[in-house]
Amino acid sequence: MIELSNVHKSFGSNEVLKGITASVEKSEVVCIIGPSGSGKSTILRCINGLESYDSGEILVEGAKVDNKAPSIVAIRTQVSMVFQRFNLFPHRTALENVVEGPIYVKKEPPAEALERGRALLAQVGLAEKADAHPGQLSGGQQQRVAIARALAMQPKAILFDEPTSALDPELVGEVLGVMRKLADDGMTMVVVTHEMGFARDVADRVLFIDGGVIVEQGAAKSVLNAPQHARTQDFLHRVLHPL
Amino acid sequence: MQNFLRDAVEFMPILLQGVWLTVVVTIGSLLLSTVLGLLWALMRVSGIRVLSGLSAGLINVIRGIPIIVLLFYLYFVMPDFGVALTALQASIIGLGIAYSAYQAENFRAGIEAIDKGQIEAAQTIGMGWWLTMRRVVLPQAVRIVLPPYGNVMIMMLKDSSQASTITVAELALQGKLIASSTFKNTSVFTLVALMYLTMSIPLILLVRHFENKAKRK
Repeated sequence: MIELSNVHKSFGSNEVLKGITASVEKSEVVCIIGPSGSGKSTILRCINGLESYDSGEILVEGAKVDNKAPSIVAIRTQVSMVFQRFNLFPHRTALENVVEGPIYVKKEPPAEALERGRALLAQVGLAEKADAHPGQLSGGQQQRVAIARALAMQPKAILFDEPTSALDPELVGEVLGVMRKLADDGMTMVVVTHEMGFARDVADRVLFIDGGVIVEQGAAKSVLNAPQHARTQDFLHRVLHPL
Repeated sequence: MQNFLRDAVEFMPILLQGVWLTVVVTIGSLLLSTVLGLLWALMRVSGIRVLSGLSAGLINVIRGIPIIVLLFYLYFVMPDFGVALTALQASIIGLGIAYSAYQAENFRAGIEAIDKGQIEAAQTIGMGWWLTMRRVVLPQAVRIVLPPYGNVMIMMLKDSSQASTITVAELALQGKLIASSTFKNTSVFTLVALMYLTMSIPLILLVRHFENKAKRK
């Protein structure tokens, strides 16, 4: 349902994506791993038009992603995003954060949206935090609200941009748990992550990106357990055995 | 002291007429400067080069012209172009335009203080530019902008006295007229100063309230 073909993207003279070709099928969980600065986040940001790309093509359900065109709004409501730093709206409660899109973008009747919003908060284990403001929540709770906010748009896919990188280690599990449940329910997910355990257990496929190109890709277990390429081997060795 | 109280009782009714016009000029130009300032600020952050350039240019021109010259221009020059304004209209428009530049810079600072990540989050749930402004940016920017906005209100109240230069009989001009006809300069101008101060104090308290509220956030 998401297709990238030969996507190039530069920031000034720095080419961060040097011809990315990949696809994500419906209900598939794809993890993107790689060293920092390799272009992982930029791929996600191009898929839902937060960044424009210079050449190549990105299609979401057959529709071309072009963040200058009005069609981008429709694409964004189909492909939600969860950020490293949560990016909740601090002046609104958890529940208000979740129903903001349904009420103001999708024009759902508020009563219905609120009911669904509460159900979504319950789904991520935060039913009792509906009226709390983001500032009163832990990082893990905020990220779960952000996931509920993404789900509230009833997207066909969710992009996760290092969703646990800003969390204290003991809070990582609760967020990964919610994501694993989503994957089990058949949500299409593209996850930029450094959590190799999650990638191994939950992902269908892993892409290893370095220097703006896909160095290696394949079934999660084969890439992570038996990487073919020297750069992948080196990266995994450093991530899994940092000392 | 007794003389002062006697003078006060005598001049108060005339001065209060001036207070009324001071209030009208202040509120009128405050509203106008707020609307124009918000318009300049939104143009500036619109991301559309023509609009942001136009806004930046306008703000610089307005900032570079003294209020008094702006007032003279509106009141004495505009009639030559067939636009005759009353003194009150000219003073409200003049002060409103003059202050819109400061309001715009204040509003822009408030808008730009909002974390870009939130704007991106709004975009990813399909919000357009205006909806993002209305639902995400402006409600938070208001809290940041309020304390300086209160200060603008105080400055505006005092600068409304410049309307006296184009014959608006507000508090300062009423005072000057009484003083020049009675020669009781001390009584009259002390009264005028006290009346401005009386009007400023609630505004000063309001600013402090805003500041405390912003700090608690």
